[in-house]
Parts: sequence; structure tokens; C-alpha cells
Amino acid sequence: MNRITAALLDLKRLELLAHGDSSIHRIHPLAKTVVVIAFIALVVSCNRYQISALLPFAVFPIVVTSQSGLPPVFILKKIILLLPLLLCAALFNPIFDRESMLQIGSVTISGGWISFFSIQLRSVLTIGSAFILIGTTGLNAVCQALRCLGLPAVFTTQLLFLQRYIFVLAEESARASLARELRSCGNKGQGIASYGSLVGQLLLRTFGRAERVHAAMLARGFTGELHDRRARVFKTADLRFVIGWVTLFLIFRLHNLPMRIGSFVTATFP
Amino acid sequence: MSRHIIEVKNLHHSYPDGTVALKDVSFRISHGESVALIGANGAGKSTLLQHLNGALMPARGSITIGDVPVTKATLAGIRRTVGMVFQNPDDQLFMPTVNDDVAFGPFNLGLRGEELEWRVAAALAAVAAEPLRNRPPYNLSGGEKKRVAIATVLAMSPDILAMDEPTSGLDPSARRQAIALLQGFQHTKIITSHDLDLVLELCPRIIILHEGEVVADGASLELFNDVKLLERCRLEQPLSMQGCGYCRKALLTH
Repeated sequence: MNRITAALLDLKRLELLAHGDSSIHRIHPLAKTVVVIAFIALVVSCNRYQISALLPFAVFPIVVTSQSGLPPVFILKKIILLLPLLLCAALFNPIFDRESMLQIGSVTISGGWISFFSIQLRSVLTIGSAFILIGTTGLNAVCQALRCLGLPAVFTTQLLFLQRYIFVLAEESARASLARELRSCGNKGQGIASYGSLVGQLLLRTFGRAERVHAAMLARGFTGELHDRRARVFKTADLRFVIGWVTLFLIFRLHNLPMRIGSFVTATFP
Repeated sequence: MSRHIIEVKNLHHSYPDGTVALKDVSFRISHGESVALIGANGAGKSTLLQHLNGALMPARGSITIGDVPVTKATLAGIRRTVGMVFQNPDDQLFMPTVNDDVAFGPFNLGLRGEELEWRVAAALAAVAAEPLRNRPPYNLSGGEKKRVAIATVLAMSPDILAMDEPTSGLDPSARRQAIALLQGFQHTKIITSHDLDLVLELCPRIIILHEGEVVADGASLELFNDVKLLERCRLEQPLSMQGCGYCRKALLTH
């Protein structure tokens, strides 16, 4: 199967997972969004040399994934797909920060390597939680929640259109790419030159489509904002979900639990 | 005057690159009529259709819907009166679910609550698409997308339906379904199509466009019998009027 088509099917799967029914799916989107934003903010705010303090945060994605019935392998694969980018982000830390920070036997580990792993861990946690949010809530509901939290409509509208038309554009790209492949007879075709004109064609077609979509929207009374017409009630259970998780995250952030447990164990059994 | 009347007078349109798309087009469609705009590729059908709800504005000439001229000031009312079904349903369906998409238009018209839900349910029922209501549009088949696109327009209760190629890309069964659906509508209909058999079934009157000009306007059966006119406009008779090619061949060989 064409790689673009496969990636597309995967994207559709993430969105379709949000139609599931579980205790997590039933929580108000606003509650889930607030919890994930708090999670991301507190994970990111940890000291750059912290690794142990980040470990307890993994409780959140693990519990939510198991409770919602999301396929963990699928989520892990999505995160692995982004790993090369994450590796690039922290690539220079071990090179520039060579000050030794940790001695394990005869091996000395520099601050650069510790911050490198800290960045990887933080990225996996935050990206994983974002995937879980979309997989249990759906981008549409997340956008509505972000709108409630004060994000300007122009951003949420853009996000929704991106989600809607990424499929149309990707299908078009898949067809164009397949047509190119079929006529390159297993060779490189005309190499990068043919890709250049292919991308250009896609861009022009996208402009044309954008104009037609806009005309279709105007024809149905569009005035610049997509409205939310579903009023979901924010229940006590939703509030409990927010308070429970945010409190737990604050405890994780303010107290380095693994360190404390370690000190306690070494003090009790010297 | 009825809001169901379309009057186009001396309409002229050229695109920014200088291509002249419409030359001095005039016609009048009255209440409840079902009219097809036919012509070869590039004859100006889609351009003309886009003028009817103000997606394109007349460069010269005028368009009147009921007694309201199409101008920037009257656009909101015109767009409520003329429901436009686009050729490609992917251009028309942009909301995350079918339900949201059908509700988009009536919501913008100010409908809320039960009235809105009722309008959405009625439009989906009219095209037999109730089971699709919670599905995302990108996951529908071509025929389903087309039906939902028609529902999004019906939900606005238009007086006039303008449809660009309503059966293009549909399989025979979905095409048959779409024709039956359109036959049931009491609206004034203006349809562009290359499916001349559909035209023969749905529209007693046709307007033939050739290189941006109206070359004939009259009863479908009469114009479809004028083979020379059809040939000149790069058209041909509907298949159902051509007789059975298989039988003709069989007769010739015996």
C-alpha cells in the first residue's frame, strides 16, 4: 500500500477511536483538556536534569489508556514515529554540556546526557498524553474545549479545517504520488525535479479547493466562526476528575517521590 | 412576485485571465420548473450556476431571484433562497460530522434547540441518510457524500435548488437513488449535467450553452431530436433515445 495512504488510515483510526464508549470517553471534553494542559505544563516545568521526578507522571497515560480501552501499541507506534524529531531536538546537549553529574561505578555520566534523556522522557509523556486526549475526545470536542478556555476562534477553526482537509489533501497527494510511481517504472523517475512540479500542482489545486470550500461555506451563511451547538453539562464527576488528577500532578511536581522512597528505603535498611 | 423565479438578463462574465465564459446570456425560469443547463466542457454551465447564488457577481447584465436583484447587499437573502449543491461533495462537506454539517446552514440562519434538531433530522430523512448522522464526512462513500451534500442544502429550506452535476461519479444504483430523490422535490430546480438521460427524466426544459452563449432554450424532447444542433454543440442524444445499439447491430448482421 502507498505509504501516504497507510499513514492516512492510521490518522483516521485515531479519530475514530474517539467514538468509543468508556468512563474516560464520557468525561466532559473540557475536564480532559484542562487535565492534559496541566499535565503538560507541570511535566515541562521540571528541572532539565530531572529524570526520576518525571517517572511518577507516567501513571496518568497508563491509567487513562487502560481505562479507556485505547490500544497501547497503536499509541506507542505514533510516539515512536516522532522519535527522530525528538532526538534531533536534544542532539547537541551531550556535546555542549560535558560537566560530569553522575558516577555509576567507573562510568561518568555528563549533565548533557542526563538532560538528553530528560527531554526524551518529557516528550514521550507529553506527546503520549496529547494522543490519548485526541483518541478519547476527538479533535472537534478538544477545539470546543479550547474555545471555552479562551483560545481565539480563528485558531480553533483553522485546526478543525486542518483535520477535515488533511484527509482530502492526503488522498489527492496519494493519487498523484501513485501516478508518478506507476510511470517511473521502479526507477527514480525524474527525481527531485518531478517532485517539485508535483508539489506545485498540489499547492495550486489546494488553492482552488480552498476557494470552492469557502464559496460552499458562504452559500450556507458562514460569517467567520464555527459555532458550538452542543451544550454538554459539566458534572460533579468531571470536576472530581480535574481536581483528582491536577492534585496528583502537583504532588508529583513538588515532591520527588522516587527520591523520597529511595531515601526512606536506604534510611530504614542501611 | 414569487421567490421561485429566476431571471437572467444579458449576463456577461470573463475570468481575470481574459477567458470569456458567458456572453449575453438571458433566460427566465418560473415557479416549480425543472430546467437543465447542458453543454460541452467549458461551455460556461458551472460559471452560470455560480452566478445564481452570488458566488460570482455579474460583470455585465443582471440576475433577479424573485423580485430581488443579486447584488452584494442582497447576498444573504439570495443564498437562503437559492440552495447550491456543488459538483464535488468534498468541497461542500467541511464539518467534523454529518450532523454538524447539516446543522451548519440552519444554525447560521439563527435556528437553535429543538427547531434546529428537527430541521437537521428532516433533511437527513429526505435523503435517507439518518444512519450516517454521527459519521465523519471523509469516511462516507461517494453516493453517501452526495446525499449528505444535498441534505446540507435542503436543511436551509431553499426555494430554488441549483445543482452542479448531481450524479457525477456515482455508481448506477446511487445514480438511480439520486434521480428518484430529485424527482420527489417540489422546488424550482436548475441542474447542470452531462448525464443526458437524467436530464430527460428530470427536466422537461433544457437550455443549451455553447461557448458561453445560449444557443437553444426549449422542450427537452424537441431539442434532443435536433441531432444537428446537438452535434454542433458537441452533444449527442440521450442513450435512451438512440435505440438499442445491440439490436441494431444484430439486425445489420442478419
